[in-house]
Amino acid sequence: MSDFFQDDEVIGKAYDSRLMKRLLKYVKPYRGYIFLAIFLNIVTAALEPVRPYLTKIAVDEYISVGDSKGLLLIILLILSSLILQAIIEYAMTFATQYMGQKTLFDLRMEIFQHLQKLSLKFFDKSPVGRLVTRVTNDVESLSELFSSGIVMIFSDVFIIIWIFVFMMVMSFDLALVTMSVIPVLIYATFLFRKKVRANYRDVRKHLARLNSYMQEHISGMSVVQLFNKEEEEFKKFKSINEDYRDVNIKSVFYHAVFYPFVELISAIAVGLIIWYGGGEVVQKNISLGVLFAFIQYTEMFFRPVRDLAEKYNILQTGMASSERIFKLLDTKIFIKNPENPIVLNNLKGKVEFRNVWFAYDNENYVLKDVSFVINPGETVAIVGATGAGKSSIINILLKFYEINKGQILIDDIDISQIDEKELRKHIALVLQDVILFSGDIKSNINLWNDQIPFEKILEAAKIVGADSFIQKLPKKYDEEVKERGATLSLGQKQLIAFARALAYDPKILILDEATASIDTEAERMIQKAMTKLLKGRTSIVIAHRLSTIQNSDKIIVLHKGQIREMGNHYELLELKGIYYRLYQLQYKDQEIGV
Amino acid sequence: MKSLLSLKKYFARYKTTIYLGFLFIFLSNITSVYVPLFIRDGIDELRRQISSPELIKYASLIVGVTFVSGVFRFLIRQTIIVTSRKIEFDLRNDFWSHLQKLSLRYYQNTKTGDIMAHATNDINAVRNFVGPAVMYSFDTFTLFVFTLALMFSIDVELTFLSLLPFPVLSIFVYYFGKKIHILFTKIQEHFSILTAKAQENLNGIRIIKAYVREESEINHFRKLSYEYFRKNINKIKVDALFHPVLFLTIGSSIIIIMWFGGMKVINGNLSLGELTAFVLYMGYLIWPAIAFGWITNLTQQAAASQKRLNSIFAIEPEIKDSNLTDYSINSLKGEIEFRNVSFRYRDNLPFVLKNINLKIPAGSTYAIIGHTGCGKTSFVNLLARFYDVTEGQILIDGYDIRTIPLKVLREEISFVQQETFLFSDTLKNNIAYGLNGITSEDEFNHRIEEAIRIAHLIPDIESFPKGIETIIGERGITLSGGQKQRTSIARAVAKGGKILILDDCLSAVDTNTEEIILSNLKKFMKGRTSIIISHRISTIKDADLIIVLDKGTIAEKGTHEELLALDGIYSRIYQKQLLEKELEEI
Repeated sequence: MSDFFQDDEVIGKAYDSRLMKRLLKYVKPYRGYIFLAIFLNIVTAALEPVRPYLTKIAVDEYISVGDSKGLLLIILLILSSLILQAIIEYAMTFATQYMGQKTLFDLRMEIFQHLQKLSLKFFDKSPVGRLVTRVTNDVESLSELFSSGIVMIFSDVFIIIWIFVFMMVMSFDLALVTMSVIPVLIYATFLFRKKVRANYRDVRKHLARLNSYMQEHISGMSVVQLFNKEEEEFKKFKSINEDYRDVNIKSVFYHAVFYPFVELISAIAVGLIIWYGGGEVVQKNISLGVLFAFIQYTEMFFRPVRDLAEKYNILQTGMASSERIFKLLDTKIFIKNPENPIVLNNLKGKVEFRNVWFAYDNENYVLKDVSFVINPGETVAIVGATGAGKSSIINILLKFYEINKGQILIDDIDISQIDEKELRKHIALVLQDVILFSGDIKSNINLWNDQIPFEKILEAAKIVGADSFIQKLPKKYDEEVKERGATLSLGQKQLIAFARALAYDPKILILDEATASIDTEAERMIQKAMTKLLKGRTSIVIAHRLSTIQNSDKIIVLHKGQIREMGNHYELLELKGIYYRLYQLQYKDQEIGV
Repeated sequence: MKSLLSLKKYFARYKTTIYLGFLFIFLSNITSVYVPLFIRDGIDELRRQISSPELIKYASLIVGVTFVSGVFRFLIRQTIIVTSRKIEFDLRNDFWSHLQKLSLRYYQNTKTGDIMAHATNDINAVRNFVGPAVMYSFDTFTLFVFTLALMFSIDVELTFLSLLPFPVLSIFVYYFGKKIHILFTKIQEHFSILTAKAQENLNGIRIIKAYVREESEINHFRKLSYEYFRKNINKIKVDALFHPVLFLTIGSSIIIIMWFGGMKVINGNLSLGELTAFVLYMGYLIWPAIAFGWITNLTQQAAASQKRLNSIFAIEPEIKDSNLTDYSINSLKGEIEFRNVSFRYRDNLPFVLKNINLKIPAGSTYAIIGHTGCGKTSFVNLLARFYDVTEGQILIDGYDIRTIPLKVLREEISFVQQETFLFSDTLKNNIAYGLNGITSEDEFNHRIEEAIRIAHLIPDIESFPKGIETIIGERGITLSGGQKQRTSIARAVAKGGKILILDDCLSAVDTNTEEIILSNLKKFMKGRTSIIISHRISTIKDADLIIVLDKGTIAEKGTHEELLALDGIYSRIYQKQLLEKELEEI
């Protein structure tokens, strides 16, 4: 897993009842599974400790007295308990893990769905990488908590309880003597866990340092080489690597002490059984079989005690991730939707901006008092220098953002009265940088919309002239788009975007023309496609092509957030104002080119 | 497996420690196998009505032997596992040192993430072999042999019978480990797909919203997410087998012992204590049986990882000193000549520079201008030997740059790259980055102060919380584009080589500041050869000679006035920039 970019590596507190309650809600639909698993747990937990008890009976009542038939009976009992336990345990592990994975699936979908609802204002502030981490890695780190954490805690507790019960039944005194080592074991385990946890944090810290050093210096390798710093940088790397090595060696030490120590405790328990239990046997208070069983129990209760300490870690990582996930789910930056939304029927396509003011941050206005009217079917070109506010017009017309003052009207209906999705159904957007998704060509045209059948895709592609190059691809419309269209030329990507817009057949079209230059052949194709695309629709084009401007009904000149000039190409040229200069700067060269 | 042979030299370094570790394993196992024998004796004596001091003797023998064995166990980890960490350290150092030698081309063709994956995952896999796999293979082998020997000494027949299920366990663990590894890899692959989908969705959120495709995106993601769920379930199906199979095999061994051993006890051929010892020895054999399959998997994974690492170690640095290098060259004056230089990035790609001939006298200032992609950056990259020319030669002070020691060449070139790269360190350390081998503190500080003044960073530094000691970048404050560019200018100026290259490094600086910096630089550039690349006329108009590059060739050449009079590419660029300025002021 690309685990190098451990951003927000936070280790919070181990248990937070507020978070836990919220997490448990996700398990609720599967509580049947949980109760079943817990019930099965109680049963299997008893099956393991029952076996030493059975061996005790075998030793005392059959082997000692030479009853081979009885021995066979006990052996068969042990065998069936083994098989039963194996089956139940398999089923139970499967059920809990299934439930755990299902819960993660639900949670992941909820986050993803939530993200789809958030408005662009949210995305402007949040780096995509971090959001992806929420959907993927953070959910993943809850995996242990859901799949093994909750249920296995019960399992461990019950095994310990059953062992105690059997021991108590066989010999109360010897049980107490044997169990006297348990506090030491628990204490040692907790101490070990504590040390290891602290050390693990150090290991993570140094690993993160090592990784970020490498990451940074791989990116800046040319600087390192240019400044002849190889030797010095190597020294730095070595010292970071050394720190990492040393914290790891420290962790070796803890393990090296802990495991033999546990062995020792277990040996002490056996020693106690021999010493105290042996005395009891001599005095005929207990049988040899009991001794035999007890020695087996000492082996048995060490694992669950150690596992229980392990669960603490699972809880801790789970808490940290869930906190981040819930924070995202609690972020509610949505576009305000009207209470009684108006549905657009028989849209004609009139667009009007009425004294619109807009600022992304409610402070610095990027559009100031913008007013214009576009009649149904008209094509309007918006021109202006970088930062004039052109894209903002697109953003607010599509209700990606809410405006601060003024009104935007479509067919004389204020768009604040229209549901955002309803509004967008009637508008198609073509962006400067064409966004292609992984999938085949046809899905990139209809964007997986079943209501646009293949015939319509084909028709759209033919009209914009994309069909001819698509037909040349090995799999035609089924050709996979790789790496966001890296194998396609800029012009081809543009044509696909045009076909997409056309296939949706919108009343209103918004087009941000690509600035990058394409070869003349493609240029001609795109020009032809544009004419067909714009026909019969209200179109707003952020224009970079001279031909587009010349063919438009009206040109709006935006400058520093305000409309400074409006009119057709020739009128505006005569003004000798902003448009005149823009024309010379951006468009004049194209006269010679085309 | 052959790839693991390359680890020999690392093992050789720690030979003594590793042998010592093996000795500890031997001692630890030979002592610990006696514990069940003491238990056996204890139990058998019980039937003979022994006294309590005798019991204490057995109890303390058990504890004592375990203690001695434990001390050796501790020492095993302290030798072998610690050594594995040291070998990991050595291996990573060698890896990094090799990376530092590789040239720009390697880094442009390789994703950072891939290199990182080798440095972490692959080295880690090798470490798992060097440490745990080596330790446990010797450990389990000796334990297995000793235990078996003792079991045979008690009862040969019973030993054979009780061992019957063990091969099954070993084979099961081996195939289980393999299967799990495959399933796990599949899960990881799908996890990447899922991540890529989320990433793609969020990057294209504007289009998705504009076309109201949220629902279908959710469905698409659900499908992928469900597939991920299914792959996890596939692994769980296998995973859940492990524990049941494990205790079933062990359990069947115990049943065999109970039945056959029990019958032997009934018939008087075996004592009850011996039966107990047998059951305990079974416990000793479980781990070796599991470990056998596990070690095999670890070794296989390590071999695959080491193979990948070896293939990186095998890459020869493209740019390095060779037998042509003339080590008597230890400084440069800065006279540059391009002689019929042509260059392309790869054999099948078009030339980015075609037949360039140009002489830049030492101490002069030349400027290069031209459209994006005209070859400006390639021109200076060749000079710094990030690449070598495809045809022709570049000479400095009359030496072919391929004969100049790389260290000397780079020491004499102060290069401000187009893409500013600063380290997340203090501002001071960043600026002082090129001050190699300056011991005098006064000189050191003077150079930094001077560089800061020239790059016009003083007002910025005053506004930073900790002044020049402020940490910048990821872990500190974020600099603006202009501040970054000025810092990298300061860094190059502080270094102070004979050749100064400014590759479009004032683009994010406003024109007023640019003017200040250029006038500050004038004194610094005296006695140095300077090459300035820019899109802006204002940056370069005062150069001794301006070169207009177009499609890889020199299209125009001359001073500002001469080029304006020429009425060609240069003058068109000039007109446009005038217009832009006018627009800005409206």
